[in-house]
Amino acid sequence: MDLYKDKMSLTNLEKKINSELTTKINSSRINHEQLEIQIDKESLLDVVIFLKKNNSTKFRQLIDITAVDYIGSENRFKMIYLLLSHEYNLRINITFSINEKEVVNSLTKIFPSANWMEREVFDMYGIKFNDHPDLRRILTDYGFSGHPLRKDFPITGHTEVRYSEEKKKVVYEPVKLEQNYRNFDYASPWEGTEYIKEVQKKND
Amino acid sequence: MTKEKKTLNLNFGPQHPAAHGVLRLILELDGEIVEKADPHIGLLHRGTEKLIENKTYSQAIPYFDRLDYVAPMNQEHAFALAIEKIMDVEVPIRGQYIRVIFCEIGRILSHILNITTQALDVGALTPSLWGFEEREKLMGFYERVSGSRLHANYFRPGGVHKDLPRGLDKDILDFCKTFPKIIDDLETLLTDNRIFKQRNVDIGIVTKEDALNYSFSGVMLRGSGIPWDLRKSQPYDCYEQIDFKIPIGKNGDCYDRYLCRIEEMRESVKIIEQCLKNLPKGPVKSMDNKLTPPPKKEIKQSMEALIHHFKLFTEGYRVKKDEIYTAVEAPKGEFGVYLISDGTNRPYKCKIRAPGFSHLQAMDYLIKGHMLADVPAVLGSLDIVFGEIDR
Repeated sequence: MDLYKDKMSLTNLEKKINSELTTKINSSRINHEQLEIQIDKESLLDVVIFLKKNNSTKFRQLIDITAVDYIGSENRFKMIYLLLSHEYNLRINITFSINEKEVVNSLTKIFPSANWMEREVFDMYGIKFNDHPDLRRILTDYGFSGHPLRKDFPITGHTEVRYSEEKKKVVYEPVKLEQNYRNFDYASPWEGTEYIKEVQKKND
Repeated sequence: MTKEKKTLNLNFGPQHPAAHGVLRLILELDGEIVEKADPHIGLLHRGTEKLIENKTYSQAIPYFDRLDYVAPMNQEHAFALAIEKIMDVEVPIRGQYIRVIFCEIGRILSHILNITTQALDVGALTPSLWGFEEREKLMGFYERVSGSRLHANYFRPGGVHKDLPRGLDKDILDFCKTFPKIIDDLETLLTDNRIFKQRNVDIGIVTKEDALNYSFSGVMLRGSGIPWDLRKSQPYDCYEQIDFKIPIGKNGDCYDRYLCRIEEMRESVKIIEQCLKNLPKGPVKSMDNKLTPPPKKEIKQSMEALIHHFKLFTEGYRVKKDEIYTAVEAPKGEFGVYLISDGTNRPYKCKIRAPGFSHLQAMDYLIKGHMLADVPAVLGSLDIVFGEIDR
């Protein structure tokens, strides 16, 4: 298709963004045919507005917003914003790190589709957003507590539901497993898993 | 006495036949006019992303079948491509062709379901009876190639699980000869049908600008006149070598989206035919036994093959530390996987970008000012499947 012929290359884009937004970009790199830029939390809105409105970038579509939980590090969460430019056929990832207490600015004014994406991040990771019109849980149950995609949330969850014949309704109870959840560690079957090592220590 | 303006709240679903699954839609009605729609999703949330983090890479593939369960293999494709790109694995050309064939079969599966159920929602029963007969045949192809009609687990990083069984290519080709006639029949039932047009033309119009702002992709974007298809613009596997067209709508209403889907099915048939005619010989998966299991025959004789097999099915393979976003043009739009690997045999994070999520989000924007009876029509044209929206 002719539309995609005059492609702006990624390296040009990287140069362009770095020269226009000098102070706001902390670092940039090209990875798997996509540009990744690291910014500060405060400059998110400025950077996104620039990328959306500027004629030589035209990142007019927000593909997704997500977060990653690096538990144990000082800035626990890394936010990731994926944008797509149809005109230039380019993708860009915007990232920055925040700690547990920090609040992120909402993109809902720039992209209406950010609404549910941010609700999902809030639901899954417990990250709050400034100026979000309706920050409710989205995927989990009504009245759910905890944030499931955090690394310290157990995979079995905290509650289980069943239909109670006595109460004639569905009831919530703490999870009761007949056998503990077994996390098979096959990382190195030759040396033995960590579990086996612990047992050996006790025997010594 | 002044009359107070009163709105009526209506709970649509989660057990409503036109909700296409478990959607709970809370509508605010002024008479018959919808003033606000608030979709409540998550009733089918299974925590796929959390489960994937706790499984090895090969154990994660079946979860992708369970996302958009109408076109399972298209989802697996995105995940397989992500791993291949990180590990820098070349897929043999025959494997690529087989993948494209089954991706397009998935597209037809999904579009038949959508078109016929949308017709059902607006009052036409016959299309679904005719369409489902064809879906049955296509799922038969799925079964013959993977052993399962829906949850295929067929695309693997490095290629596909097994080669086509004998005679399957001929049967798919036969299907491609007869299927265009079925599309014609569906069109005679719907395209010029007065009732169908009354229910769909000028309903749920999306402008170009809004289609971009609301993160639409796939038919929702093309229906509004934006020529964008990842198979053309960011081709993966062997799509570059195949000749096909991208149908584009003009008005961005439900009817245009229906027409786009009909044309896409015709294009898919052409793609499958081309692939089958030029199907090269050779292996269907990467020969690197660190990633794909060796053939069963070798395991009986070669110690090395036995070790590879054992390691792959206990520990799995390790994927080096990296981050990647890969997207494929699934039948419903851009289906993406944001994969973060940390060098172990399990993904550190696997975010799934489902096209239906953004489409359903725009429900309020699409339905505002329409009549209550338009809700099923718009919902049908969004092509939502809760497997992928709720994840």
